[in-house]
Amino acid sequence: MKPGKFSYEAPRTLDEALHSLATWRDNAKIVAGGQSLAPMLNMRLARPDHLIDINRLTELGRIAVDGERLTIGAMARHAQLGRDAQVKRHAPMLAHAAETIGHYAIRQRGTIGGSLAHADPAAQLPLATLALDAEFELHAAAGTRTLGAGAFFLSVFTTALEPDELLAAIHVPVARPREGWGFRLFNRRAGDFAIVSVAATLACGEGATIERLRLAIAGIGPVPVRVEELVPPEDAATVTTGWSARIAAAVATAVEIEDNEKIPIVFRRELVERLTRDTLDEALERAS
Amino acid sequence: MSTASAPVTLTVNGGTYRVVAEPRRLLSDVLREDCGLTGTHVGCEHGVCGTCTILFDGVPARACLIYGVQAEGHEITTIEAFAADGELSVVQQALHEEHGLQCGFCTPGIVVTMEAWLGEHPEPTEAEVRDALTGNLCRCTGYHNIVAAILKAAARRRVEASGER
Repeated sequence: MKPGKFSYEAPRTLDEALHSLATWRDNAKIVAGGQSLAPMLNMRLARPDHLIDINRLTELGRIAVDGERLTIGAMARHAQLGRDAQVKRHAPMLAHAAETIGHYAIRQRGTIGGSLAHADPAAQLPLATLALDAEFELHAAAGTRTLGAGAFFLSVFTTALEPDELLAAIHVPVARPREGWGFRLFNRRAGDFAIVSVAATLACGEGATIERLRLAIAGIGPVPVRVEELVPPEDAATVTTGWSARIAAAVATAVEIEDNEKIPIVFRRELVERLTRDTLDEALERAS
Repeated sequence: MSTASAPVTLTVNGGTYRVVAEPRRLLSDVLREDCGLTGTHVGCEHGVCGTCTILFDGVPARACLIYGVQAEGHEITTIEAFAADGELSVVQQALHEEHGLQCGFCTPGIVVTMEAWLGEHPEPTEAEVRDALTGNLCRCTGYHNIVAAILKAAARRRVEASGER
C-alpha cells in the first residue's frame, strides 16, 4: 500500500498552480484534502507522475455571500462546511450533507472541491450541489469558465474538467425564505458511501401551492440525477394528503436504475421510494 | 522536479526532525521509521482503520493519507505527546480504568481522535460517541468498554473545565 513514485510541488499562488497544471496536464494530479486521492495513490489505482498540492492556496478556502449566491472556495473542508454560519444559513442542506461524509477525522481534511472533482457516483456533495443548482468555477492558465453541476458530472469519476483546469470555487444560489430541504441516505455501515441517497428542496407559496420543488437521486447510475420530471403534475403544483408517498411511488417506478452486480435493482428501487418519501416529508416539515 | 529523496523538516510534538524522504513517503512511515515515533500505528494505509490518526495543526488526520513532504511547516502531534510527563491523558486514564483496550493496536488512534473530538463535543450522548468511534476500527473489544471510557472521559473533562473557571 505504498504509492508509485511521483514528484511534488506546493505552489503558493493559484497562477503558479495553473501554470504547472498547464505543463503537466494529465500527468499531474491536484491534491487537496487527499482523502480520496491518497487511498487511490496508495493502492496504485492512480499513478500520476506529479502532485500539485493546493493546500497552501488559502485564498481557495474562503466562504462568502455575494448577493443571491454563496461562494465556497474549493479548499473549504467538510468540517468547515458543517459548522460555517453562512453555509448553515444559506445552504443548510450542503452543511448537513458535509457532516454525513466519512468519519470525523476524514471530514477535517476532505474538501468540497476534491469531492466534486473526484466525482464518486455515491458521494454526498455531487448530489447536494446538483440538487441546489450550484455552479462550478473552473480555472485554467488560459482562462476561466463556469459550468452548472448538471453539466459537470459526466460519468463515474469523470467530470468536464479539462486536463489544464482546476475547480476553484462553487457558487450556490442562496435558499429562498421558508424553503425546506431534505437529505437522506442509506448505507450498511456508518461512514461508508451510500447505496442510494436523495436530496430535495421545497419552497411553498400561498396555502399549499408549491413555488419550487427540486429532487435529485444518487446511487442509481454513473452520476447523480435530477428527477422532477417524474413527479406527477398535480403533486408538482400543490401539497395534498399523501403527497410525498405519491411522488415517491411515481419516481421509484419510472426512474432508470443502472444494473449493478452487488446491489439488486429491486432493492435500490425500494430504497429510492422510501428515501424519496422521507426526504420530501423532511423538506415539507422544514418548509412549513 | 524530482521523485528522489530530499530533505524534509518536520515539527513533531514541539521538536524539530530533519529527515530525508521521497515525495511518495507516507507521513505515517516518516513518523515511525525516520523519527522513531512508533506509537503511531499503521493498519490499512488507505484511511479506513484510523489507527495512524495524528493531529495536523491540532486537527485529527490520517497520517497514511498525508505524504511526509506535505507536513513541512505544520505542527504534528502524535500519541507520544499525550502522556509526555508520565501522566496519562484524560482519555488514556479512562480507557485504562474501563478496560477499553485489549491488544491495544487501535488505541493510539482512538486516544488522538477522541481527545480532539471531546474538545468539540463536551457533552456527548452514547449514540454520538458510538458514531464518532466508527472512524476507528477495533477488532478486540466490541467497543462496549471504549464507549464507557469516552463517556467517563467526557464527564471528567467537564469537571476539570468547571474547576478551572
